[in-house]
Amino acid sequence: MALMTETVLNSGDTAWMLASTALVLLMTPGLAFFYGGMVRTKSVLNMMMMSFITIGIVSILWVIYGFELAFGYKADSPWYGNISFSGLGGMVDEFTNNGGIYPIPVLVFAAFQLMFAIITPALISGAIADRAKFVSWAVFVAIWSTIVYFPVAHWVFAFGNKVGDTVTGTGFLAGKGLEDFAGGTAVHINAGAAGLALAIVLGKRVGWRKESMRPHSLPLVLLGSGLLWFGWFGFNAGSALAANGIAGLVLMNTQVAAAAGVLGWLFVERVRNGHATSLGAASGAISGLVAITPACAFVAPWAAVVIGLFAGIFCALAVSLKYRFGFDDSLDVVGVHLVAGVWGSLAIGLFGTQAVNSIGVNGLLYGGGTRLLIMQAWGVGIVAAYSFVVTLILGFAIEKTIGFRVDLDKEIEGIDLNEHAESAYELSSSSRGGSF
Amino acid sequence: MKLITAIVKPFKLDAVKDALNTHGIAGMTVSEVSGMGQQKGHTEVYRGAEYTVNLIPKVRIELLVNDEEVDAVLDVIVKAASTGSIGDGKVWTTPVEQVVRVRTGEKGSQAI
Repeated sequence: MALMTETVLNSGDTAWMLASTALVLLMTPGLAFFYGGMVRTKSVLNMMMMSFITIGIVSILWVIYGFELAFGYKADSPWYGNISFSGLGGMVDEFTNNGGIYPIPVLVFAAFQLMFAIITPALISGAIADRAKFVSWAVFVAIWSTIVYFPVAHWVFAFGNKVGDTVTGTGFLAGKGLEDFAGGTAVHINAGAAGLALAIVLGKRVGWRKESMRPHSLPLVLLGSGLLWFGWFGFNAGSALAANGIAGLVLMNTQVAAAAGVLGWLFVERVRNGHATSLGAASGAISGLVAITPACAFVAPWAAVVIGLFAGIFCALAVSLKYRFGFDDSLDVVGVHLVAGVWGSLAIGLFGTQAVNSIGVNGLLYGGGTRLLIMQAWGVGIVAAYSFVVTLILGFAIEKTIGFRVDLDKEIEGIDLNEHAESAYELSSSSRGGSF
Repeated sequence: MKLITAIVKPFKLDAVKDALNTHGIAGMTVSEVSGMGQQKGHTEVYRGAEYTVNLIPKVRIELLVNDEEVDAVLDVIVKAASTGSIGDGKVWTTPVEQVVRVRTGEKGSQAI
């Protein structure tokens, strides 16, 4: 890390990163609403709490050792950053160094990256709605972050400590040339593959495919998708680590991909089911946002429209696959985040162009051949495989020791009441009685 | 004395209530209920998964009337609740043995 005496702090960049950090934090409560609205009234609080406890746990781990494990460079390893329990106290006067020096305080960069570390495990919770023991989920979040997210963030996002012309400690996928601007692999594919593994570990909800599991509040889902969309500008455009032209390109690409995602999903629904649904609009926006996340700094806005549109179409078709394969990925973490994450990561290999970003690589449509596409596919495969296998092992280990799934009768009665001693809504006046 | 029970479409509640008020009947009990009948259900689609919803929301209106008023009140309710389409509901009567007004202890017709 570079000392602040050598470089002058850029207040514009720093201000944008401070704002972006707050924007990305808001995505996790937004996700809680997005997921919370999709479950039944008896489990909405547990669904939202899985996101909120993740904010609590990961923030603390990040300060103690998480940031060093992901972005420290002392170990000079492609696999992890640095094993240190320093608590970040020694970094107050340093600038960010990530493959080059950025004139923003490293603690701002650390806080910004923390928000990514929070939302990634929170995303997984959608795969195991209504049925996970709360304590087991908390244990899972702590261990999963340590052995999956922090290392994978290093592989993908750590561009190394640059001193003079030497760069040390670059993550192995970043070093190979994988293009993932804001987390298509490290966040969405990572969470999607882990979600699939946990859905397999915990098994299907009681009554799956037999009783109605309709979303209890679509307005909450739409509110959540709106908050996610809003926060995503920080997620993507903040990843420029500067208030510059790339951030502007990313902002525009993010908007149009989300918009096209809405249209793509609704188009499939209108043709297949005859109606354009509000859940489809919310889901389509998220699909477009996920798909543009890795690609946002490397493609032209017209290509962002194509990427978003097909993300909406692919995900709308993919969410039904769980019924065919028989796994209860309750809120479609696989069908949305894994599918759109893979599509967006591969799409860079098609639409990537140096015309919009000099650090980019030309993809298939810009005469770059298939080299980038193959690189992207390779990176996607590695992250998905690592996340799936490690999560499967971790999930079964938790299931065999402290148990991961709530008791049958508690699941039927409702997880909110049994895990949190609360109910989300006062549904009738006759339930108002009671005494201390 | 008779208990009249009417199951009507929720959006017809105000029309029935107003018609009964105009007819001179001020007391009734209203509850939200759900049920099934000739109207059948409807289909809802969430992320491509279709759910058949066969319990449909209705409103139940209950009121007590003296025997000689029954037919006139039934007419008022039926006229106000009708839309002519399937799912308009049903109205029926049940004999009532005794009625007591809680405040005064009055019984029978006096209590209605």
